[in-house]
Amino acid sequence: MKLTGAQIVWESMLREQVEVVFGMPGGANLPIYDALSQYPQFHHVLVRHEQGAAHMADGYARVSGKVGVCLVTSGPAATNLVTGLATAMMDSVPMVAITGQVPTSLLGNDAFQETDVTGVTQPVTKHNYLVTDVRELAQVMKEAFHIARTGRPGPVLIDICKDVQNDSTDFVYPEEVKLAGFRPWRGIDEGALEQAATLIEQAQRPLIIAGHGVQMAHATQELRQFAEKAEIPVTMTLLGLGDIPETHPLSLGMCGMHGEAHANLAIQECDLLIAVGMRFDDRVTGKLDEFAPNARIIHLEMDEAEVGKNVQPDVALIADAKESLQALLARVQAKRHQQWLKQISDWRNESEARDILRAEVDELIPPYVMRQLWHTTGGDAIIVTDVGQHQMWEAQYYLHQHPRQLLTSGGLGTMGYALPAAVGAQMAAPDTPVWVVAGDGGFQMTLQEMATVMQENLPIKIVIINNGFLGMVRQWQQLFYGKRYTGTPMFSPDFVQLAAAYGMAGRTVKQKQEVNDALQQAAEHPGPFLLEFQVKEEVNVYPMVAPGAAVGELLRRPTIVQGPSGVNPAW
Amino acid sequence: MNATVNANQHTQHTVVAWLEDKPGVLNRVVGLFRRRNFNIESLTVGHSETPGISRLTFVVNGDDHMVDQAIKQLYKLVNVTKVENITDKPAIKREMALVRVGVDGSTRSDVMQIVDIYRARIVDVSMDSVVVQAVGRQEQIDSLLDLLSNYRILEMVRTGVVAMTRGQAGRNGNGKIKRRAAL
Repeated sequence: MKLTGAQIVWESMLREQVEVVFGMPGGANLPIYDALSQYPQFHHVLVRHEQGAAHMADGYARVSGKVGVCLVTSGPAATNLVTGLATAMMDSVPMVAITGQVPTSLLGNDAFQETDVTGVTQPVTKHNYLVTDVRELAQVMKEAFHIARTGRPGPVLIDICKDVQNDSTDFVYPEEVKLAGFRPWRGIDEGALEQAATLIEQAQRPLIIAGHGVQMAHATQELRQFAEKAEIPVTMTLLGLGDIPETHPLSLGMCGMHGEAHANLAIQECDLLIAVGMRFDDRVTGKLDEFAPNARIIHLEMDEAEVGKNVQPDVALIADAKESLQALLARVQAKRHQQWLKQISDWRNESEARDILRAEVDELIPPYVMRQLWHTTGGDAIIVTDVGQHQMWEAQYYLHQHPRQLLTSGGLGTMGYALPAAVGAQMAAPDTPVWVVAGDGGFQMTLQEMATVMQENLPIKIVIINNGFLGMVRQWQQLFYGKRYTGTPMFSPDFVQLAAAYGMAGRTVKQKQEVNDALQQAAEHPGPFLLEFQVKEEVNVYPMVAPGAAVGELLRRPTIVQGPSGVNPAW
Repeated sequence: MNATVNANQHTQHTVVAWLEDKPGVLNRVVGLFRRRNFNIESLTVGHSETPGISRLTFVVNGDDHMVDQAIKQLYKLVNVTKVENITDKPAIKREMALVRVGVDGSTRSDVMQIVDIYRARIVDVSMDSVVVQAVGRQEQIDSLLDLLSNYRILEMVRTGVVAMTRGQAGRNGNGKIKRRAAL
């Protein structure tokens, strides 16, 4: 069967079970777009900026577990993808990005809209391809999807010259991939497994840190069974939230820079740390030399390069989290650690006594909005956060119950991620409520995708926490730069009027008393809805581990002292 | 130059990697070294015994942790088929240098004598200069260059180290190592 390169792109994607493609047409990918008219099986989502296409494919992949696909043209369109590819690379999200390229005859000629896309994207992709011969295309498509989803997932880019899209060849989709240099993971060493089981058996104060890898491996059941059987408390990284329900008695919530004090203290005091599907990011460890000083460490990790990169474990199981947790589950004995849990529970009580929500503050503060959002949505919504203070408050006050429920740019910290990623999330889960939580700063980076939300008629709810600043940067300036607020005070448009211009309903909330009603209104509204919360400006995220400090040295939440008006002056 | 087994000590490590011979693969390797901040002392690449597979030898300065990371990260490149740290294995490590030395009637014979002692060769002669070709261990080349620097070195190029393990400890790395007299 002779097909054009453009047809081969779509035929290949049919075989890879692709259903949705996020993209924008342009000069160098027009043949692919033209061929799309013959493939009504695909739903194409037109974006307003190519960065949005990458984040949408990312959001789609994180929710569905399938490979997300975006399709854009050459030059500026391809360079616009870079932030989205880097975001997916850092958070191990399976994606295939297809870019059009100038014809092979013009390659390297500084042709119109030519960029060395494979060169530019090399550090931010798991692998990439430049296709200059139509006979290679089917093989490349097959390999790209395989690499994106196999082992530690990541983005793969395919740059296809325009003449290749027009050329024809016999189409045979390869049955299997043979990549001599591609080793997804090594597998569990029996000796290491034995050693791990012994360490767990001997531990008096064991602790699990669970990360994104648990969800990617569909291993949340195994994690929970393992934690319950050996009675080991579980703290989670930002991307690990949802590994076990945060309402579970063994859950300590998030650890790290803005983690709960009891979680960070547990890290510092534990005698055994079992790290599952996480990579000891600096936002988790704080000062490395003083991280978990009393602990032996077992690292369950698929990517061998992460083992010993930041923290040298005593034992490592190099495998998919499901495989290694199942293996451990079979080995460990049921155990109880009542004394250890009691110690953690004392720390937790102190955390809770300091909780800002216990202060009867009349002002509209973001933690309150987050907790009420949790109540309104029954804890079951997909929440897509942007980056900054609101992201940390969401992580602290929305008690995540399910895997793939929180989407956020953890590794790269990409402001502007939330709205486009929510579009992808809603496409992957049309029947689940999807809420965007963003700040006034990040939302303005990609707000043009409101038009995509409207064109696709997606019932996404948008919560903007407007504090008039680039809030997290302002917090650092307050704490570490003598309160000199340079470049952080921020003008914003009237977000509700802006939404109205796009045809989206909205409401501004200025009073604490209105919060529940407004959230309810948005939740019940059949279409998309934007809520702007004009919150108290200079509120800080606590607890906080200052950059370079050990995770046990926290800036705690100020103790609650009720002022005369019920307002805590410390806040 | 063998690395000590002490971690955290900065030493030279010699690593061999096999790569698919495709456009841009060397760029991926070099780009990886650059962005991971690995300090590469020398790097050579050429054909191997297998068609379609290139063989890369690189010398990296750093502690054991850094070399371990460099190897693991290299393995993650899809076009890299195998990586082997041969630092602590019996291996033949050689490099070549070409040196143009400025000479006159009074120094020519001195230079030729040095070249002879080092079992190097003069491969080009003109009225006022000679070109010396030297093949040997890195420290032999260092030492030759040291001596030649007493004359006028007009031009110099070194290839960087290429390496191969001795005896059976070749590609599979699991054979018995037979020690042979050093060449």
